[in-house]
Amino acid sequence: MDWGFLSDCLQRLLRGVPLTLELAMFSCLIGFVLAWVLCAMRLSDRRWLDYPARAFIEVFRGTPLLVQLFIIYYGLGQFAWLRESFAWAYLREAYWCVLLALSLNTAAYASEILRGGVLSVPGGQKEAAVAMGLTQTQLWRYVVLPLAWRQMLPAYGNEIILMVKSTSLASIVTLMEVTGIAARLVSESYRPVEVFICAGALYLTFNFLVTRVVMLLETRLRRGMQRGR
Amino acid sequence: MSLKAVLQVSMVCAGLWMSASHAAEAPVLKIATEGAYAPWNFTKPGGQLDGFEIDLAHDLCQRMKVTCQITAQDWDGLIPSLNAGKFDAIMAGMSITEKRQEVIGFSRPYAAPLNGFLVMDKGALTALPGAGSSIDLDHDEAGAKALIAQMTPLLKGKVLGVQGSTTASAFAEKYLSNLVEVREYKTVDAHNLDLLSGRIDAVLANAVVLKLATEGDAMQGSKMAGPIFAGGVFGPGIGVGLRKSDVELKAHFDQAITEAVADGTVKRLSQKWLKLDVTPLK
Repeated sequence: MDWGFLSDCLQRLLRGVPLTLELAMFSCLIGFVLAWVLCAMRLSDRRWLDYPARAFIEVFRGTPLLVQLFIIYYGLGQFAWLRESFAWAYLREAYWCVLLALSLNTAAYASEILRGGVLSVPGGQKEAAVAMGLTQTQLWRYVVLPLAWRQMLPAYGNEIILMVKSTSLASIVTLMEVTGIAARLVSESYRPVEVFICAGALYLTFNFLVTRVVMLLETRLRRGMQRGR
Repeated sequence: MSLKAVLQVSMVCAGLWMSASHAAEAPVLKIATEGAYAPWNFTKPGGQLDGFEIDLAHDLCQRMKVTCQITAQDWDGLIPSLNAGKFDAIMAGMSITEKRQEVIGFSRPYAAPLNGFLVMDKGALTALPGAGSSIDLDHDEAGAKALIAQMTPLLKGKVLGVQGSTTASAFAEKYLSNLVEVREYKTVDAHNLDLLSGRIDAVLANAVVLKLATEGDAMQGSKMAGPIFAGGVFGPGIGVGLRKSDVELKAHFDQAITEAVADGTVKRLSQKWLKLDVTPLK
């Protein structure tokens, strides 16, 4: 093992870390908000809300993220009318295209996780809450959401980890995040093993931190339950 | 009798035996190409090979008084198969680079590694100075730098696309990195698409490839601008790949290529196939 090269490698890869984390964080945040909208549409009794949400989720879960990214990045750029619209100021930049693809993708997955969580709340609990005179807002605030949260957190933690790893696709559309820099280092040095081990170690570190945070949240949310056991 | 003389005699004997066994036909030289790099070399729908290098190979073989046998072989397998003795020479648009020279030998270049800019013809960059001139970085680096200085007002702050880990990206890094934002792409097609959509303002790549792209329907509205660069970071050019031990064959190829360059054959063939004169600059 050439430690000098490894540390040099790591130093150059570290320059890509802010971009990787930024993409992961913003796409998770935007995706989370969108996921709630989708989830609400899915749970609605109105078909004209339910069906579009279903279609969106089917499409984004059923196609590879890479294909979605290509369609957004290269596909949208083909339309002249779009290039002349205000949206081009954003879609022109690879950064916003990647953020859009990642956010839409995670929104589709997360909305199903949220829906599963909400549906897992037993009907009896809700009836009891209503019987006690809680308003709709109170019902959600004090009964449904806390219970649903606890149920879906492990699955949502998984989704965050997947998003951190998905940011590596950004390198394909010229963004120089950790994987992009790694690919460049390989073509300069012809030493793929060391470079990709370094890059892998970085992702492992991020995801280790993510799992710890999720675990911490889980224990917090289960405090009440553990006492009863 | 010196060792050299013994060797010469034995080679003559071997040559006599070979020519006898071939019933006095011209010796056969096996040349491999890729057959998938139009217009340099490609496979026609019928399966025959054609292109600039196929024509040139036949011409060189005539000069060397040998019979060519050209076969197609996957790019990745070209160098290993050459060293394994499956054929004697490679003519597949292969640039002479230091890395490859560690493994195989090369003849003198038969084509210059010409690189140029592609821009959209509605943009300001069509007026890049130096159009129509060719600059050899080996001989006239000062001239190249002066020309880049002339380009500064036009290029300043623009975005340039190059294919990653190529000689074009090496050039951009060395001469243009403090002038433009350089964006690296996986393929030439990828940066060409982004030029069309307006994400980048110019592209730097192999001039022959770009020239061909401008003639297709896909890249309508694009045109080459500014000077053509060669030499320096772009390397000496494209040569015939040979086994390092085949010194004599290299000498034959060198001489044949020199003749073909001198009498204009390379120029004629390259204008026929590549629509551009790729005759080596020196």
